[in-house]
Amino acid sequence: MTLLTTRGLSKHFAGLCAVEGVNFDLPQGEVRALIGPNGAGKTTLVSMICGRIAPSGGQVIFEGRDITALPAHKRIMLGMAYTFQITSVFAGLSVGENVALAARRRLKGADVGLAVDDALARVGLLDRKAQEAGDLSYGHQRLLEIAMGLAQSPRLLILDEPTQGLAEGEIAEFKALIRELAGKTTILLIEHNMSVVMELADRITVLNFGEILAEGTPDEIHANGEVQTAYLGNG
Amino acid sequence: MSGGARAFALHGGLIVLLFVLQFVLPAYHHGNLARIMVLASYAVGYNILFGYTGLLSLGHALFFAAGMYGMGLGIQHLGLTPAPALLLGLVAGAVVSGGLALLALRTTGVAFMIVTLMFAQAGYLTILYFGEYTRGDEGFVIQQAQRVLWGIDLSDAGNRYFAALILFGTCLMASLWLVRVPFGKVLVAIRENEERVRMLGYDIFVHKLAAMIISGTIAAAAGASYGLLFGYAGASFASVQYSIFPLLWVLLGGAGTVLGPFIGTLFMFYLIDLSSGVTTAYMLIAGVALVLLTLFAPQGLMGELRRRVWRGLP
Repeated sequence: MTLLTTRGLSKHFAGLCAVEGVNFDLPQGEVRALIGPNGAGKTTLVSMICGRIAPSGGQVIFEGRDITALPAHKRIMLGMAYTFQITSVFAGLSVGENVALAARRRLKGADVGLAVDDALARVGLLDRKAQEAGDLSYGHQRLLEIAMGLAQSPRLLILDEPTQGLAEGEIAEFKALIRELAGKTTILLIEHNMSVVMELADRITVLNFGEILAEGTPDEIHANGEVQTAYLGNG
Repeated sequence: MSGGARAFALHGGLIVLLFVLQFVLPAYHHGNLARIMVLASYAVGYNILFGYTGLLSLGHALFFAAGMYGMGLGIQHLGLTPAPALLLGLVAGAVVSGGLALLALRTTGVAFMIVTLMFAQAGYLTILYFGEYTRGDEGFVIQQAQRVLWGIDLSDAGNRYFAALILFGTCLMASLWLVRVPFGKVLVAIRENEERVRMLGYDIFVHKLAAMIISGTIAAAAGASYGLLFGYAGASFASVQYSIFPLLWVLLGGAGTVLGPFIGTLFMFYLIDLSSGVTTAYMLIAGVALVLLTLFAPQGLMGELRRRVWRGLP
């Protein structure tokens, strides 16, 4: 079953085509990586999917329902979660409260506390629950972002460059976390780290100049000559 | 003691202290404190929008005046008794703040400040324009006979103090409760990072609208009580000065702290009161004190206390 579909999705910024006529299908339960050079329109595309920015044209369909006109907060309530590329935690609030804000949208009372502890434990931040989020290191703030996504228990989890700024060991833990989620949660992952992409993704979509250049399994993409030239390099 | 119990003890303690003070204070300070408690209630309302939600309104005098005139005109022209008149003041405040919110919340930042300021000025001019009913700048006195609530004469100093304490205690505890429930926590999160809250699935507009109506209605409750307790309603309470006051009080006391509005109002009231006894240039002393506070305690008095002593202070 297809969870997410876009048809002819486009975004123009004052004449500049950031995304042009993207037809994208994401089946339920898949881990999909979205890759492409800087400025290829990856963040613009997922921002239109989750409603942060309005498309110039085209449709977004989630679970068979056209959600193009829905505001972002209603899309989130349908089961999407989005973690920000630029770390965007609530710096002045505690780590636990950050995750609780995410969890309370669907849970009440004691369940909130359980969901918070669970999400924090999965990213390894449980012992920092009472700390102020702004005091965390950059890598830990990235993990907190992911914990907020987990606490929403979404059907579609959109991760925008989640491993950026993480140390080697943290990247390994992140891979393990995604493998654990895979199959239950559909994941759309924007990522530059090729080892993460190649190991985690079921399929890869390559975006270049706002258009889909190629789509396939990691092996197919790795062997694709066009992708090599546009992005991966010939080395 | 848990954070919640400590917070409750601190704020409850203040109310008990204020209750006890009425028996020991000399008449002059007794009267001042009654006035401060009503004005601090106004600041508590302002703090919910400014301190906790992060929306800087320059038009709260409109809500204060809506309460005051809703109550005052009700008594003067509709012949209401104080209880329904107070209720009318509250309803007027809720309606006016809801109406202004629907318009002003389409803007953010500086534009929000200007839109609220302009509507408050329009409100002020409306009061002057309908001088036939409102008596404009001159205002009107609410007679002693019209200020008897359930057999209690509110022009009596003791009764007045007690009424002011009930109003302030209610507003303070409501404010403490609000910032501890999930709704209040979302308001704080909006102040911290609005876009992130939206992307967690919360409807920002609905939360801001509710915050503005709660804030405006508390301001109106203070305005209505002020008119009733001190027996006067006048257009000066709708002027821009009365929009700036709560901002100053809250900034001084500590925006985003429950006690800050009271501490700021108390501080500013006595700063002006004491310095005007020393010199006619008392606003200069007040100004210098404000500059010093801004320099050395930019988060206000309670904000500084939270930073240095008690991090979990609500």
